[in-house]
Amino acid sequence: MNKPFAITLDVKSSLANHTGTWRSERPVYVDGLPPCTHACPAGEQVQAWLYAAEDGSYEQAWRRLVNDNPFPAVMGRVCYHPCETACNRADLDTAVGINSVERFLGDEAIRQGWRLPQPGAATGRRILVVGAGPCGLAAAYRLRRLGHAVTIREAGSTAGGMMRHGIPTFRLPRDVLDAEINRLLELGITLELGARVDNLAEEMRAGEFDAALLAMGAPLSKRAYIPAAQSARIIDALGLLADVAAGERPQLGRTVAVYGGGNTAMDVARTARRLGAEEALIVYRRTRAQMPANDIEVEEAEAEGVRMTWLSTIAGVVGDTLTIEKMRLDDDGKPQPTGEFEELHADSVVLALGQDVDRGVLATLPGIAITDGVVEVGAEMMTSVAGVFAAGDLAPSVRSVTVAIGQGNAAARGIDGWLRSIGSSAPKPTAPSSAVPVAFGQLNPWYFSDAPHVVRPRLDTARRTDDFAEVVGGLDADTALYEARRCMSCGNCFGCDNCFGVCPDNAIHKVAEGHGYAVDYDYCKGCGLCASECPCGAIVMEPEET
Amino acid sequence: MTIQEVKFYQVGSRAVGNRLLSEDLRTEQANENRTNALNSGHRACQGCGEALAARYVLDTAMDAADGQLAVVNATGCLEVFSTPYPESSWQVPWLHSLFANAASVASGLAAGLRTSGRGDVRVLAQGGDGGTVDIGLACLSGMFERNDDVFYVCYDNEAYMNTGVQRSGATPPAARTATTEAVGPEPGNRFGIGKDLPRIAMAHEIPYVATATVAELHDLEAKVRHAMSLRGARYLHVLVPCPLGWGSAPADTVRIARLAQRSGLFPLFEAEHGTVTSVVPIRGRVPVEEYLRLQRRYAHLFAAAGDADRQAATLRAVQAIADRNIARYAIPVEEL
Repeated sequence: MNKPFAITLDVKSSLANHTGTWRSERPVYVDGLPPCTHACPAGEQVQAWLYAAEDGSYEQAWRRLVNDNPFPAVMGRVCYHPCETACNRADLDTAVGINSVERFLGDEAIRQGWRLPQPGAATGRRILVVGAGPCGLAAAYRLRRLGHAVTIREAGSTAGGMMRHGIPTFRLPRDVLDAEINRLLELGITLELGARVDNLAEEMRAGEFDAALLAMGAPLSKRAYIPAAQSARIIDALGLLADVAAGERPQLGRTVAVYGGGNTAMDVARTARRLGAEEALIVYRRTRAQMPANDIEVEEAEAEGVRMTWLSTIAGVVGDTLTIEKMRLDDDGKPQPTGEFEELHADSVVLALGQDVDRGVLATLPGIAITDGVVEVGAEMMTSVAGVFAAGDLAPSVRSVTVAIGQGNAAARGIDGWLRSIGSSAPKPTAPSSAVPVAFGQLNPWYFSDAPHVVRPRLDTARRTDDFAEVVGGLDADTALYEARRCMSCGNCFGCDNCFGVCPDNAIHKVAEGHGYAVDYDYCKGCGLCASECPCGAIVMEPEET
Repeated sequence: MTIQEVKFYQVGSRAVGNRLLSEDLRTEQANENRTNALNSGHRACQGCGEALAARYVLDTAMDAADGQLAVVNATGCLEVFSTPYPESSWQVPWLHSLFANAASVASGLAAGLRTSGRGDVRVLAQGGDGGTVDIGLACLSGMFERNDDVFYVCYDNEAYMNTGVQRSGATPPAARTATTEAVGPEPGNRFGIGKDLPRIAMAHEIPYVATATVAELHDLEAKVRHAMSLRGARYLHVLVPCPLGWGSAPADTVRIARLAQRSGLFPLFEAEHGTVTSVVPIRGRVPVEEYLRLQRRYAHLFAAAGDADRQAATLRAVQAIADRNIARYAIPVEEL
């Protein structure tokens, strides 16, 4: 006890005082569900691959992307990007150009020759995929990576399905499509072309397949009865698109009318302009608001001079004269005939009224349930016939490439789960995710600077109607990096150090594992500053148990 | 002073750090090896702005001085919550004498170090608004006039919080404190009184005067570094919201400091030798009401039972102060 006058205690650090006992709420790091990931029909972890792209790790970003979707270069051209519609950044300035970054990554992978992940250990299971469209290929990819042996039988002479026959080359150049399909087939997937499956049960027996996926899509154009004289030139949309995609240049005349209001109608009208039609006119029986075509396609069609006639049906065709009946919407929003007619000149009429499933092979499967022209499936994409799955356009779905890929993924998971459950009594139900995506209000947008989205260079509209060159250009490495960095990382820590900085109690430490930060609950008083200053809403305050 | 413009759009350069920024563009607070001048276990309230600001300032000053720093503290919250006998939260050489004399003790410390050949050790004095604008003002003014080699930092929480929220010379008009209650014809603190210490310091024409808040960390650190690069009397005035005295949510401390600047009520500027040399633009200006509403000390301005005409007149008078600040310092206003 050799202490100065009046001093009785040794000096201590305040670390002896555990202020964590004051706390009534504790901060917890979470991994929220970003709205882009939530919205992606193909199931891409969008925020996760953007995160990798933000520091220029393009290969890593691409690897995260192709974990869920083997077609980034195709996606970056034809996807209607619901991720961007959902993007929270739209509330601040404009949505992150996710689709253009995806395309950049896809193109970079082709340039650099990056390879898809190798298949897992062989399971000894054999799976037959019928149809080599986006759904069948995506399913084959996932099944192959799970170690199954996969055979695709395709009735046509090429793989790609609607990506090849239905999407014009000005939206999707074929060298890009070929590169992505070939890379996928290199994984050891057997592709048999010109192999139409007529009797599925028989082929499954003969080939000793454990399961089959029906992914033939909906290749038949719907017809409508239109009274027409012999001379009228009426063409179906799919046939026209397939001919043009195959390199033909059919003469449609000066004025072309397209009947229908979907994406195919837009593609046909835009194709007609390129084939030399001075006028391409869309005839649709409802209004623009009800048109199923995607806004992007409608805008691009309008920019190329395609005209639209709403609330109109084609009542008859004589020679080069169309008789149009005007419609009106009733109280239920349904179009009703008005009895008013008018005449229009058109050298040809293209019908783009939707597509039907080819029921040929389905007829050989007794007991398969079909409703409203599509095959009924359960949550795991299995039809009413055990071991036979269906996905894509022939199952209930919104018909687009991205949705088809998502369905292919789901079917592959369903098949894998079903094969694993054979012989085990416990069925493996996967509950659909009920997670709510992170909302803009959960972010602290103060920390994000305004930066408008980089608009991809577009060819002049005047130029693009002359040929079939690609319309939308790509980003370069600089602009792609800029665009990726606009991601606000909704609900997922991106390492900004705000929590580490704003804690008045030094109760947050940097750590190597997990989220990179850890709360020291011995000293955290539960003030909540870290949570309220987290830019991306990755910290939530949870009540302490009392 | 120059702040490097970073072409980085995810968080601009406003966040504490970022994995995508080079190390030298991150703040000292992002540094894992920062001094942590004020360590865990101190007894400040939840969400204390003063505890936060003291660590921000001292960690940066320690880095700027290569660890050769001595700190003198006036009496006040900061001193009381950090050093209950025999504990100390300080991880810097730290000295406390009296309420009034921090500036004088620091002057003496600097002189002593210089004469003993330890001029490399820098001296920083700090206190709250009570110890600075009221009780210690004479000592501080003398330190300024003699141009002693001391960096004095005032953490302004706008009242005597430690003793029970009594009014100080830095309490703003209309704010309720224990000694300016929200009663009578002019509820809360009176208009037209109080002291603007940054301007008083500027009137001494000392080498450097600046203001900062806990919401603008990059700006605060740049100002501390600049002050540490100079010799002579330097003064930094930091606005530090006080959840207890202001009646605000602990989680809102940084947000309220940000709104004080965005409303124009707390201008951020630098001055050298009595002349303003830079101002921080207001990014997304807000009416003062947005700032005031988050604080119960202004609840009487928004009470449903209150006299609506008088409340509106008071709000206009507070807004006029913000407008005058923006005009006085010619603060650029930018779109958010």
